[in-house]
Amino acid sequence: MRAPLTDLPVAFEDVSLRIRDFTILDRVSLHLAPGAPTVLIGPNGSGKTTLLRVAMGLIEPTAGRVTWGGREHIPPQRRAIVFQRPAMLRRSTAANIEYALAQAGAMRSDWPAHVAELLGLVGLAGFEARPARRLSGGEQQRLALARALARDPEILFLDEPTASLDPAATKAIEDVIRTVAARGIKVVMSTHDLGEARRLAGEIVLLHRGHVVESGTAADFFAGPKTDAARRFIAGELLI
Amino acid sequence: MPSDLTAVQLVLSADPELMGIVSLSLTVSLAAVACAALIGIPLGALIALTRFPGREACIVVLNALMGLPPVVVGLAVYLLLSRSGPLGSWGLLFTPQAMVIAQAILVTPIIAALARQTIEDLWVEYREELAAMNVGPLGRIATLIWDGRFSLTTALLAGFGRAAAEVGAVIIVGGNIDGFTRTMTTAIALETSKGDLPLAIGLGIVLIAIVIVVNALAWGARRAGERFSG
Amino acid sequence: MKNRMNTRRSLIALAALATFTLTSPVSAQDKSIVVSSTTSTQDSGLFGHILPLFKAKTGIDVKVVSQGTGQALDTGRRGDADVVFVHAKPQEEKFVADGFGVKRFPVMYNDFVLIGPKNDPAGVKGRDIVAALKTIKEKSAPFISRGDRSGTHAAELNLWKIAAVDIAKDKGAWYKEIGQGMGAALNTASASNAYVLADRGTWLSFKNRGDLAIIVEGDNRLFNQYGVILVNPAKHPTVKKDFGQAFIDWLVSAEGQKAITDYKIGGQQLFFANATVPGA
Repeated sequence: MRAPLTDLPVAFEDVSLRIRDFTILDRVSLHLAPGAPTVLIGPNGSGKTTLLRVAMGLIEPTAGRVTWGGREHIPPQRRAIVFQRPAMLRRSTAANIEYALAQAGAMRSDWPAHVAELLGLVGLAGFEARPARRLSGGEQQRLALARALARDPEILFLDEPTASLDPAATKAIEDVIRTVAARGIKVVMSTHDLGEARRLAGEIVLLHRGHVVESGTAADFFAGPKTDAARRFIAGELLI
Repeated sequence: MPSDLTAVQLVLSADPELMGIVSLSLTVSLAAVACAALIGIPLGALIALTRFPGREACIVVLNALMGLPPVVVGLAVYLLLSRSGPLGSWGLLFTPQAMVIAQAILVTPIIAALARQTIEDLWVEYREELAAMNVGPLGRIATLIWDGRFSLTTALLAGFGRAAAEVGAVIIVGGNIDGFTRTMTTAIALETSKGDLPLAIGLGIVLIAIVIVVNALAWGARRAGERFSG
Repeated sequence: MKNRMNTRRSLIALAALATFTLTSPVSAQDKSIVVSSTTSTQDSGLFGHILPLFKAKTGIDVKVVSQGTGQALDTGRRGDADVVFVHAKPQEEKFVADGFGVKRFPVMYNDFVLIGPKNDPAGVKGRDIVAALKTIKEKSAPFISRGDRSGTHAAELNLWKIAAVDIAKDKGAWYKEIGQGMGAALNTASASNAYVLADRGTWLSFKNRGDLAIIVEGDNRLFNQYGVILVNPAKHPTVKKDFGQAFIDWLVSAEGQKAITDYKIGGQQLFFANATVPGA
């Protein structure tokens, strides 16, 4: 059913993105390989969302190159993304997932089992027939997660998955992220919540003005930040 | 049509001639809308999803064509279908088919222009999700049409209203032949020319009532559909 | 994805409906002819009376497209009708002479009447149509002209000529050409209390008379002769010449002529059969 090729690792080599006079990404080099979640942190406008879109293959960089499993310019096969404000298809909750299953080439006879499993995973069991656009913000976020997982991804990009959610909804999402990561799916997510980064990250990438200021394991990053900017960011100062 | 009866009596007695006229009007207008939808919706989707030089001009022209003068369309179709015209061998002039063709030409720009707007609005919302799911061009169009189906019914209804209310084109290409190409609107024109204004107005009220009923049915279907798939 | 199957199915159904409407009436068209005729024969109800009789006898459906005489002849010229049935003898003769028609058969006549406000503001009541038109012109009394190249329009222009009025030059604000059918002209006259030349049949069946009444009638110059012509199959091979000729033969037969004579509105005979009168 699937090509034996893999989308991993995702490698950024000196990637820059300039739109007119604005530098959105500035010579970013990154290596996203299987393992614990990578969390992108940095102030608003530091380029986290753009970096995720470039990693997903939705935006072409203006300089440098991005490779998936060593290949350039390949369409999203085994990678998936949940946007900060995901668009719900004007269909039922189950049909949203079925749509993603169909796109990913899953056998139609397997759909009901997949839908039940995915909705169970994100805590939306019993929501099958509900119109997706009538779900609450947190429920929509979880459905988007289930829809992304329906693609059977090797790598899952999450853009601020808990922004504007209350603590209970945040915990629900974080639990799903842990489960997903435990299943061997590489999670790459952005957040501006340092607490969330501490709770979930295996690796940290600190972005500032489109540039990778510092990256490394979460333990090293929080125990001994190497740069002044990282120290100030951890201390809660404003990076301008 | 017995003209000493009022239009209300005609309706209540289910006058067979009136029923024939009503059913021809509905058949012709619905067939025209169906043809126009088969062309107009994919066309609108194509313009909504593609970027090409002259696209803005194309949209302006399409919007302007929503106001195509029926008489001009009728005349053009007449000249096409006339025995002396390029498609004369089809023998379609003065038939219901000719009326369907003329009305489909009138209605296609309306459906295409409204569909383009609807689908483009939806496209802005869906674009990244569909790209992330690696949906191909045809799949995108199918998805946007399907998910926009409730809004698109409005476009179809606008087209139906235009077709059902139109007289200039059908009277030229249909010929207003009694029992064959006489529709509500051409019957109204005829009764007006006979000076039977009460019957003409009565038929007009019947026509408006039919358009309202069709819209109500479509509205009901839309509400029911939205409840289940939002 | 049951929904998607349903869409596909309803799309197929729609396409089938469209195809059905586009093809089905063709078979019903077999035994039928298209006759382009004038608004007067249609609006007066004559066809509603005689066509069922013809259909009962021959099984042929006659589809009447009613237009002004000029337009009706054009329709024949383009080959869009099998038979033309109009009232403007010189134009009919030219139609045949130009090879568009096979032969002209006289069928019947009716007469024109001058319609005007009951109180006759121009004071033209009587039998003399020529004197009446002269007075209308002198007094600039409101007059509605069809202005649509119809037989009635041609007859009106001819009457102005006889009255020695050069209407193209002398028309003023009082003379309005509306470019529409007989009914519309009567509606306009009714709404503006104007004089108008009408055929008697349309007048008798016209309902929205308002203050209008017949002002001038009975003048020989008001006679209105109808002729019927088969469109030339040599020019247009699609013409259904057998059915068309059958219709013409029936119209001029004793049976058809009687059917025309029998048509009355409120006891008044509208059309006078004269197929056998030489030179009609």
